[in-house]
Amino acid sequence: MAEEAGTGLVFHPMEPFKIHSLFSGEPISWYEFFVPTNTTLWMAIGVLAIALLMVVGTLRRAIVPGRVQSVAELAYGFIHKMVEDVAGKDGLVYFPYIFTLFLFIVFSNFLGLIPGAFTPTSHIAVTAVMAMGVFVGVTALGFMKHGSHFLGLFWVSAAPLALRPILAVIEVISYFVRPVSHSIRLAGNMMAGHAVMEVFAAFAPLILFSFVGVIVTPLSVLAIVAMYALEILVAFVQAYVFTILTCVYLKDALHPGH
Amino acid sequence: MANETQAVEAAAAVAGHAAEAAEKGGMPQLDFSTFPNQIFWLLLALGAIYWLLTNIAIPRIAGILADRAGTITGDIEAAEQYKLKAKDAEAAYAKALADARAQAQKIIAETRAAIQKDLDAAAAKADADIGARVAQSEVKIAEIRAGALEAVQIVATDTATAIVTALGGKADTSAVTAAVGQRVKG
Repeated sequence: MAEEAGTGLVFHPMEPFKIHSLFSGEPISWYEFFVPTNTTLWMAIGVLAIALLMVVGTLRRAIVPGRVQSVAELAYGFIHKMVEDVAGKDGLVYFPYIFTLFLFIVFSNFLGLIPGAFTPTSHIAVTAVMAMGVFVGVTALGFMKHGSHFLGLFWVSAAPLALRPILAVIEVISYFVRPVSHSIRLAGNMMAGHAVMEVFAAFAPLILFSFVGVIVTPLSVLAIVAMYALEILVAFVQAYVFTILTCVYLKDALHPGH
Repeated sequence: MANETQAVEAAAAVAGHAAEAAEKGGMPQLDFSTFPNQIFWLLLALGAIYWLLTNIAIPRIAGILADRAGTITGDIEAAEQYKLKAKDAEAAYAKALADARAQAQKIIAETRAAIQKDLDAAAAKADADIGARVAQSEVKIAEIRAGALEAVQIVATDTATAIVTALGGKADTSAVTAAVGQRVKG
Protein backbone atom coordinates (compact mmCIF):
# COMPACT_ATOMS: atom_id res chain seq x y z
CA MET A 1 0.00 0.00 0.00
CA ALA A 2 2.68 2.42 1.06
CA GLU A 3 4.77 1.44 -1.91
CA GLU A 4 1.84 1.89 -4.28
CA ALA A 5 1.37 5.42 -3.05
CA GLY A 6 5.08 5.97 -3.37
CA THR A 7 5.02 5.32 -7.11
CA GLY A 8 3.14 8.46 -8.01
CA LEU A 9 1.24 10.20 -5.27
CA VAL A 10 3.11 12.67 -3.12
CA PHE A 11 1.61 13.72 0.22
CA HIS A 12 2.93 16.96 1.61
CA PRO A 13 -0.10 18.42 3.34
CA MET A 14 2.08 20.58 5.57
CA GLU A 15 4.17 21.99 2.75
CA PRO A 16 2.16 25.21 2.30
CA PHE A 17 2.59 26.12 5.96
CA LYS A 18 6.39 26.18 5.80
CA ILE A 19 8.06 29.48 6.46
CA HIS A 20 11.10 30.44 4.45
CA SER A 21 13.06 33.51 3.56
CA LEU A 22 11.31 35.45 0.84
CA PHE A 23 14.40 36.01 -1.30
CA SER A 24 16.66 33.01 -0.76
CA GLY A 25 13.86 30.49 -0.20
CA GLU A 26 15.92 28.96 2.63
CA PRO A 27 14.48 28.17 6.08
CA ILE A 28 15.32 30.84 8.64
CA SER A 29 17.11 30.60 12.00
CA TRP A 30 15.55 31.76 15.23
CA TYR A 31 17.64 34.95 15.39
CA GLU A 32 16.68 36.05 11.85
CA PHE A 33 13.48 37.72 12.97
CA PHE A 34 13.96 40.72 10.66
CA VAL A 35 14.36 38.64 7.47
CA PRO A 36 11.31 39.06 5.20
CA THR A 37 9.59 35.70 4.77
CA ASN A 38 6.52 34.42 2.99
CA THR A 39 4.49 35.27 6.09
CA THR A 40 5.89 38.83 5.91
CA LEU A 41 4.80 39.05 2.26
CA TRP A 42 1.23 37.97 2.96
CA MET A 43 0.92 40.14 6.07
CA ALA A 44 2.11 43.05 3.92
CA ILE A 45 -0.44 42.20 1.23
CA GLY A 46 -3.07 42.08 3.95
CA VAL A 47 -2.08 45.51 5.29
CA LEU A 48 -2.12 46.86 1.74
CA ALA A 49 -5.57 45.40 1.08
CA ILE A 50 -6.85 46.87 4.36
CA ALA A 51 -5.40 50.26 3.39
CA LEU A 52 -7.08 50.00 -0.02
CA LEU A 53 -10.44 49.19 1.54
CA MET A 54 -10.45 51.43 4.59
CA VAL A 55 -8.37 54.40 3.41
CA VAL A 56 -8.47 54.58 -0.40
CA GLY A 57 -12.04 53.26 -0.51
CA THR A 58 -13.30 56.08 1.72
CA LEU A 59 -11.33 58.89 0.00
CA ARG A 60 -14.41 60.40 -1.62
CA ARG A 61 -16.32 60.59 1.72
CA ALA A 62 -19.51 60.22 -0.30
CA ILE A 63 -22.83 60.75 1.46
CA VAL A 64 -24.22 58.12 -0.91
CA PRO A 65 -21.40 55.54 -0.79
CA GLY A 66 -19.94 53.62 -3.71
CA ARG A 67 -19.25 49.90 -3.61
CA VAL A 68 -15.88 49.94 -1.81
CA GLN A 69 -16.96 52.61 0.65
CA SER A 70 -20.09 50.58 1.42
CA VAL A 71 -17.95 47.58 2.34
CA ALA A 72 -15.66 49.73 4.50
CA GLU A 73 -18.66 51.23 6.29
CA LEU A 74 -20.22 47.79 6.64
CA ALA A 75 -17.06 46.43 8.31
CA TYR A 76 -16.87 49.48 10.59
CA GLY A 77 -20.55 49.25 11.52
CA PHE A 78 -20.38 45.48 12.03
CA ILE A 79 -17.53 45.60 14.56
CA HIS A 80 -18.68 48.86 16.14
CA LYS A 81 -22.12 47.37 16.82
CA MET A 82 -20.57 44.13 18.05
CA VAL A 83 -18.38 45.94 20.58
CA GLU A 84 -21.28 48.11 21.71
CA ASP A 85 -23.73 45.20 22.01
CA VAL A 86 -21.38 42.79 23.76
CA ALA A 87 -19.03 44.97 25.81
CA GLY A 88 -21.32 47.96 26.30
CA LYS A 89 -20.88 51.65 25.52
CA ASP A 90 -17.76 51.97 27.69
CA GLY A 91 -16.15 49.21 25.62
CA LEU A 92 -16.17 51.46 22.55
CA VAL A 93 -12.88 53.03 23.72
CA TYR A 94 -11.21 49.75 22.75
CA PHE A 95 -12.99 49.53 19.40
CA PRO A 96 -9.86 50.44 17.34
CA TYR A 97 -7.90 47.53 18.86
CA ILE A 98 -10.69 45.06 18.19
CA PHE A 99 -11.24 46.41 14.69
CA THR A 100 -7.49 46.01 14.02
CA LEU A 101 -7.60 42.38 15.11
CA PHE A 102 -10.73 41.65 13.08
CA LEU A 103 -9.42 43.21 9.89
CA PHE A 104 -6.04 41.47 10.18
CA ILE A 105 -7.63 38.06 10.75
CA VAL A 106 -10.36 38.35 8.14
CA PHE A 107 -7.93 39.58 5.46
CA SER A 108 -5.32 36.99 6.36
CA ASN A 109 -7.93 34.22 6.22
CA PHE A 110 -9.39 35.29 2.89
CA LEU A 111 -6.09 36.11 1.18
CA GLY A 112 -4.88 32.69 2.29
CA LEU A 113 -7.62 31.12 0.18
CA ILE A 114 -5.92 32.31 -3.01
CA PRO A 115 -4.20 29.22 -4.45
CA GLY A 116 -0.48 29.39 -3.67
CA ALA A 117 -0.96 32.01 -0.97
CA PHE A 118 0.32 31.78 2.59
CA THR A 119 -2.01 32.15 5.58
CA PRO A 120 -0.34 33.91 8.54
CA THR A 121 -3.30 33.04 10.81
CA SER A 122 -2.72 29.31 10.25
CA HIS A 123 0.31 29.62 12.57
CA ILE A 124 -0.09 29.29 16.29
CA ALA A 125 2.70 31.83 16.85
CA VAL A 126 0.56 34.53 15.23
CA THR A 127 -2.76 33.64 16.84
CA ALA A 128 -1.14 33.06 20.24
CA VAL A 129 0.42 36.53 20.24
CA MET A 130 -2.97 38.05 19.46
CA ALA A 131 -4.79 35.89 22.02
CA MET A 132 -2.16 36.59 24.69
CA GLY A 133 -2.37 40.27 23.88
CA VAL A 134 -6.12 40.16 24.45
CA PHE A 135 -5.73 38.06 27.61
CA VAL A 136 -3.03 40.21 29.22
CA GLY A 137 -4.68 43.44 28.13
CA VAL A 138 -8.12 42.44 29.38
CA THR A 139 -6.78 41.10 32.71
CA ALA A 140 -4.75 44.25 33.32
CA LEU A 141 -7.77 46.35 32.42
CA GLY A 142 -9.95 44.38 34.85
CA PHE A 143 -7.56 44.96 37.74
CA MET A 144 -7.03 48.61 36.84
CA LYS A 145 -10.75 49.33 36.68
CA HIS A 146 -11.96 47.23 39.60
CA GLY A 147 -8.88 46.38 41.65
CA SER A 148 -9.43 43.30 43.77
CA HIS A 149 -13.14 43.37 42.94
CA PHE A 150 -12.13 41.94 39.59
CA LEU A 151 -11.53 38.63 41.41
CA GLY A 152 -15.29 38.57 41.96
CA LEU A 153 -15.40 37.23 38.43
CA PHE A 154 -14.26 33.89 39.90
CA TRP A 155 -16.51 34.01 42.97
CA VAL A 156 -19.93 32.91 41.74
CA SER A 157 -22.14 34.65 44.29
CA ALA A 158 -25.27 33.12 42.76
CA ALA A 159 -24.16 29.60 43.74
CA PRO A 160 -24.59 28.00 47.19
CA LEU A 161 -21.75 28.97 49.55
CA ALA A 162 -20.40 25.42 49.80
CA LEU A 163 -20.00 25.15 46.04
CA ARG A 164 -18.30 28.51 45.57
CA PRO A 165 -14.68 27.41 46.28
CA ILE A 166 -15.01 24.54 43.81
CA LEU A 167 -16.58 26.80 41.24
CA ALA A 168 -13.83 29.35 41.84
CA VAL A 169 -11.18 26.75 40.99
CA ILE A 170 -13.06 25.84 37.80
CA GLU A 171 -13.55 29.50 36.91
CA VAL A 172 -9.84 30.26 37.39
CA ILE A 173 -8.81 27.30 35.26
CA SER A 174 -11.29 28.23 32.53
CA TYR A 175 -10.05 31.81 32.68
CA PHE A 176 -6.45 30.76 32.09
CA VAL A 177 -7.44 28.35 29.33
CA ARG A 178 -9.07 31.21 27.43
CA PRO A 179 -5.99 32.36 25.48
CA VAL A 180 -5.19 28.74 24.58
CA SER A 181 -8.60 27.97 23.12
CA HIS A 182 -8.82 31.46 21.66
CA SER A 183 -5.61 31.02 19.65
CA ILE A 184 -5.76 27.31 18.81
CA ARG A 185 -9.34 27.60 17.54
CA LEU A 186 -8.31 30.07 14.85
CA ALA A 187 -4.96 28.54 13.86
CA GLY A 188 -6.38 25.00 13.96
CA ASN A 189 -9.34 25.88 11.76
CA MET A 190 -7.21 27.64 9.19
CA MET A 191 -4.60 24.88 9.14
CA ALA A 192 -6.99 21.92 9.06
CA GLY A 193 -9.07 23.15 6.15
CA HIS A 194 -6.03 23.94 4.05
CA ALA A 195 -4.37 20.62 4.93
CA VAL A 196 -7.50 18.67 3.96
CA MET A 197 -7.55 20.45 0.61
CA GLU A 198 -3.88 19.55 0.16
CA VAL A 199 -4.66 15.88 0.77
CA PHE A 200 -7.49 15.90 -1.74
CA ALA A 201 -5.22 17.74 -4.17
CA ALA A 202 -2.63 14.98 -3.74
CA PHE A 203 -5.25 12.41 -4.75
CA ALA A 204 -6.37 14.37 -7.79
CA PRO A 205 -3.61 13.28 -10.24
CA LEU A 206 -4.24 9.55 -9.50
CA ILE A 207 -5.83 9.14 -12.95
CA LEU A 208 -2.35 9.57 -14.46
CA PHE A 209 -1.00 6.49 -12.63
CA SER A 210 -3.85 4.13 -11.98
CA PHE A 211 -7.17 2.97 -13.35
CA VAL A 212 -8.78 3.69 -9.95
CA GLY A 213 -8.22 7.33 -10.71
CA VAL A 214 -11.21 7.32 -13.06
CA ILE A 215 -13.34 7.37 -9.91
CA VAL A 216 -10.97 8.96 -7.42
CA THR A 217 -9.88 11.99 -9.47
CA PRO A 218 -13.36 13.47 -10.12
CA LEU A 219 -14.31 12.75 -6.51
CA SER A 220 -11.26 14.53 -5.15
CA VAL A 221 -11.77 17.51 -7.45
CA LEU A 222 -15.37 17.71 -6.22
CA ALA A 223 -14.16 17.40 -2.64
CA ILE A 224 -11.69 20.26 -3.15
CA VAL A 225 -14.48 22.48 -4.48
CA ALA A 226 -16.70 21.59 -1.53
CA MET A 227 -13.87 22.16 0.96
CA TYR A 228 -13.10 25.50 -0.67
CA ALA A 229 -16.70 26.60 -0.23
CA LEU A 230 -16.59 25.51 3.40
CA GLU A 231 -13.29 27.33 3.89
CA ILE A 232 -14.79 30.58 2.62
CA LEU A 233 -17.39 30.24 5.36
CA VAL A 234 -14.77 29.25 7.95
CA ALA A 235 -12.51 32.18 6.99
CA PHE A 236 -15.22 34.63 7.97
CA VAL A 237 -16.71 32.71 10.87
CA GLN A 238 -13.34 32.26 12.60
CA ALA A 239 -12.54 35.96 12.28
CA TYR A 240 -16.00 36.68 13.68
CA VAL A 241 -15.55 34.21 16.54
CA PHE A 242 -12.13 35.56 17.50
CA THR A 243 -13.51 39.10 17.51
CA ILE A 244 -16.69 38.39 19.43
CA LEU A 245 -14.75 36.38 22.05
CA THR A 246 -12.43 39.35 22.44
CA CYS A 247 -15.53 41.47 23.06
CA VAL A 248 -16.84 38.96 25.59
CA TYR A 249 -13.52 38.96 27.47
CA LEU A 250 -13.54 42.74 27.39
CA LYS A 251 -17.04 42.72 28.83
CA ASP A 252 -15.84 40.49 31.68
CA ALA A 253 -13.10 42.99 32.45
CA LEU A 254 -15.40 46.02 32.31
CA HIS A 255 -18.36 44.44 34.11
CA PRO A 256 -17.01 41.52 36.19
CA GLY A 257 -20.32 40.89 37.98
CA HIS A 258 -22.05 37.74 36.82
CA MET B 1 10.26 -16.68 14.76
CA ALA B 2 11.60 -15.50 11.41
CA ASN B 3 8.26 -13.97 10.66
CA GLU B 4 8.24 -12.21 14.00
CA THR B 5 11.68 -10.66 13.55
CA GLN B 6 10.68 -9.60 10.08
CA ALA B 7 7.55 -7.96 11.40
CA VAL B 8 9.47 -6.18 14.14
CA GLU B 9 12.05 -4.99 11.64
CA ALA B 10 9.31 -3.75 9.33
CA ALA B 11 7.60 -1.95 12.18
CA ALA B 12 10.87 -0.36 13.21
CA ALA B 13 11.47 0.72 9.64
CA VAL B 14 7.98 2.24 9.43
CA ALA B 15 8.44 3.99 12.75
CA GLY B 16 11.81 5.32 11.67
CA HIS B 17 10.26 6.51 8.46
CA ALA B 18 7.50 8.28 10.35
CA ALA B 19 9.97 9.92 12.72
CA GLU B 20 12.09 11.02 9.80
CA ALA B 21 9.01 12.35 8.05
CA ALA B 22 7.98 14.18 11.20
CA GLU B 23 11.42 15.68 11.52
CA LYS B 24 11.52 16.64 7.88
CA GLY B 25 7.87 17.46 7.31
CA GLY B 26 6.58 17.89 10.84
CA MET B 27 4.19 20.69 11.70
CA PRO B 28 5.73 23.94 10.53
CA GLN B 29 3.52 25.55 13.16
CA LEU B 30 5.68 23.97 15.88
CA ASP B 31 8.99 25.02 14.32
CA PHE B 32 10.03 27.42 17.05
CA SER B 33 12.87 28.88 15.02
CA THR B 34 10.30 30.79 12.96
CA PHE B 35 8.47 32.26 15.99
CA PRO B 36 10.58 35.40 16.53
CA ASN B 37 10.28 36.22 12.84
CA GLN B 38 6.50 35.72 12.78
CA ILE B 39 5.94 37.67 15.98
CA PHE B 40 8.15 40.54 14.80
CA TRP B 41 6.33 40.91 11.50
CA LEU B 42 2.93 40.36 13.11
CA LEU B 43 3.48 43.20 15.57
CA LEU B 44 4.65 45.39 12.70
CA ALA B 45 1.57 44.52 10.62
CA LEU B 46 -0.84 45.05 13.53
CA GLY B 47 0.88 48.34 14.33
CA ALA B 48 0.52 49.48 10.72
CA ILE B 49 -3.17 48.52 10.62
CA TYR B 50 -3.80 50.20 13.98
CA TRP B 51 -2.08 53.37 12.77
CA LEU B 52 -4.08 53.42 9.54
CA LEU B 53 -7.35 52.87 11.38
CA THR B 54 -6.92 55.35 14.25
CA ASN B 55 -5.31 58.10 12.17
CA ILE B 56 -7.29 57.89 8.95
CA ALA B 57 -9.99 55.29 8.52
CA ILE B 58 -11.98 55.41 11.78
CA PRO B 59 -12.26 59.22 12.08
CA ARG B 60 -13.10 59.45 8.39
CA ILE B 61 -15.80 56.76 8.46
CA ALA B 62 -17.22 58.13 11.71
CA GLY B 63 -17.36 61.53 10.02
CA ILE B 64 -19.06 60.11 6.95
CA LEU B 65 -21.66 58.32 9.08
CA ALA B 66 -22.29 61.45 11.19
CA ASP B 67 -22.62 63.56 8.04
CA ARG B 68 -25.04 61.08 6.58
CA ALA B 69 -27.11 60.95 9.75
CA GLY B 70 -27.14 64.77 9.80
CA THR B 71 -28.13 64.96 6.15
CA ILE B 72 -30.90 62.43 6.66
CA THR B 73 -32.27 64.22 9.73
CA GLY B 74 -32.04 67.55 7.91
CA ASP B 75 -33.78 66.16 4.88
CA ILE B 76 -36.53 64.63 6.99
CA GLU B 77 -37.04 67.95 8.78
CA ALA B 78 -37.13 69.82 5.49
CA ALA B 79 -39.59 67.27 4.15
CA GLU B 80 -41.74 67.75 7.25
CA GLN B 81 -41.70 71.51 6.69
CA TYR B 82 -42.52 71.11 3.03
CA LYS B 83 -45.38 68.84 4.03
CA LEU B 84 -46.72 71.51 6.41
CA LYS B 85 -46.36 74.10 3.68
CA ALA B 86 -48.18 71.85 1.27
CA LYS B 87 -50.96 71.39 3.79
CA ASP B 88 -51.27 75.18 4.23
CA ALA B 89 -51.26 75.64 0.50
CA GLU B 90 -53.94 73.03 0.16
CA ALA B 91 -56.09 74.77 2.78
CA ALA B 92 -55.56 78.14 1.07
CA TYR B 93 -56.43 76.58 -2.25
CA ALA B 94 -59.60 75.03 -0.85
CA LYS B 95 -60.56 78.36 0.72
CA ALA B 96 -59.87 80.23 -2.49
CA LEU B 97 -61.90 77.68 -4.38
CA ALA B 98 -64.85 78.03 -1.97
CA ASP B 99 -64.59 81.85 -2.13
CA ALA B 100 -64.48 81.78 -5.88
CA ARG B 101 -67.45 79.49 -5.98
CA ALA B 102 -69.42 81.76 -3.62
CA GLN B 103 -68.39 84.80 -5.64
CA ALA B 104 -69.44 83.07 -8.79
CA GLN B 105 -72.80 82.19 -7.29
CA LYS B 106 -73.25 85.78 -6.22
CA ILE B 107 -72.29 87.10 -9.64
CA ILE B 108 -74.60 84.61 -11.28
CA ALA B 109 -77.47 85.67 -9.05
CA GLU B 110 -76.77 89.36 -9.63
CA THR B 111 -76.47 88.89 -13.34
CA ARG B 112 -79.60 86.84 -13.40
CA ALA B 113 -81.47 89.59 -11.48
CA ALA B 114 -80.09 92.31 -13.77
CA ILE B 115 -81.00 90.33 -16.84
CA GLN B 116 -84.43 89.66 -15.45
CA LYS B 117 -84.87 93.34 -14.79
CA ASP B 118 -83.78 94.26 -18.31
CA LEU B 119 -85.93 91.53 -19.69
CA ASP B 120 -88.95 92.70 -17.74
CA ALA B 121 -88.41 96.26 -18.84
CA ALA B 122 -87.94 95.23 -22.44
CA ALA B 123 -91.02 93.02 -22.26
CA ALA B 124 -93.07 95.82 -20.74
CA LYS B 125 -91.83 98.21 -23.38
CA ALA B 126 -92.55 95.71 -26.10
CA ASP B 127 -96.01 95.12 -24.65
CA ALA B 128 -96.65 98.90 -24.62
CA ASP B 129 -95.38 99.19 -28.17
CA ILE B 130 -97.51 96.34 -29.25
CA GLY B 131 -100.54 97.88 -27.52
CA ALA B 132 -99.89 101.25 -29.25
CA ARG B 133 -99.42 99.61 -32.60
CA VAL B 134 -102.58 97.58 -32.15
CA ALA B 135 -104.54 100.71 -31.30
CA GLN B 136 -103.06 102.49 -34.29
CA SER B 137 -103.83 99.57 -36.50
CA GLU B 138 -107.36 99.43 -35.20
CA VAL B 139 -107.86 103.12 -35.99
CA LYS B 140 -106.41 102.53 -39.43
CA ILE B 141 -108.59 99.51 -39.98
CA ALA B 142 -111.64 101.49 -38.89
CA GLU B 143 -110.69 104.27 -41.29
CA ILE B 144 -110.13 101.76 -44.06
CA ARG B 145 -113.41 100.13 -43.27
CA ALA B 146 -115.21 103.49 -43.27
CA GLY B 147 -113.39 104.42 -46.48
CA ALA B 148 -114.49 101.14 -47.98
CA LEU B 149 -118.18 101.74 -47.12
CA GLU B 150 -118.13 105.20 -48.68
CA ALA B 151 -116.38 103.79 -51.72
CA VAL B 152 -118.98 101.07 -52.02
CA GLN B 153 -121.75 103.67 -51.85
CA ILE B 154 -120.06 105.83 -54.49
CA VAL B 155 -119.39 102.86 -56.73
CA ALA B 156 -122.92 101.59 -56.22
CA THR B 157 -124.37 105.02 -56.96
CA ASP B 158 -122.20 105.42 -60.04
CA THR B 159 -123.07 101.91 -61.18
CA ALA B 160 -126.75 102.45 -60.54
CA THR B 161 -126.68 105.76 -62.40
CA ALA B 162 -124.79 104.09 -65.24
CA ILE B 163 -127.28 101.20 -65.36
CA VAL B 164 -130.25 103.55 -65.25
CA THR B 165 -128.71 105.61 -68.04
CA ALA B 166 -127.91 102.49 -70.01
CA LEU B 167 -131.58 101.37 -69.71
CA GLY B 168 -132.59 104.57 -71.23
CA GLY B 169 -133.87 106.27 -68.20
CA LYS B 170 -132.86 109.56 -66.81
CA ALA B 171 -131.09 109.14 -63.56
CA ASP B 172 -132.13 111.40 -60.82
CA THR B 173 -129.00 111.76 -58.84
CA SER B 174 -130.52 112.43 -55.45
CA ALA B 175 -133.02 109.56 -55.85
CA VAL B 176 -130.29 107.13 -56.77
CA THR B 177 -128.14 108.23 -53.91
CA ALA B 178 -130.98 107.85 -51.47
CA ALA B 179 -131.88 104.39 -52.85
CA VAL B 180 -128.28 103.16 -52.75
CA GLY B 181 -127.79 104.59 -49.30
CA GLN B 182 -130.86 102.76 -48.17
CA ARG B 183 -129.76 99.48 -49.78
CA VAL B 184 -126.13 99.66 -48.53
CA LYS B 185 -127.22 100.38 -45.02
CA GLY B 186 -129.75 97.65 -45.05
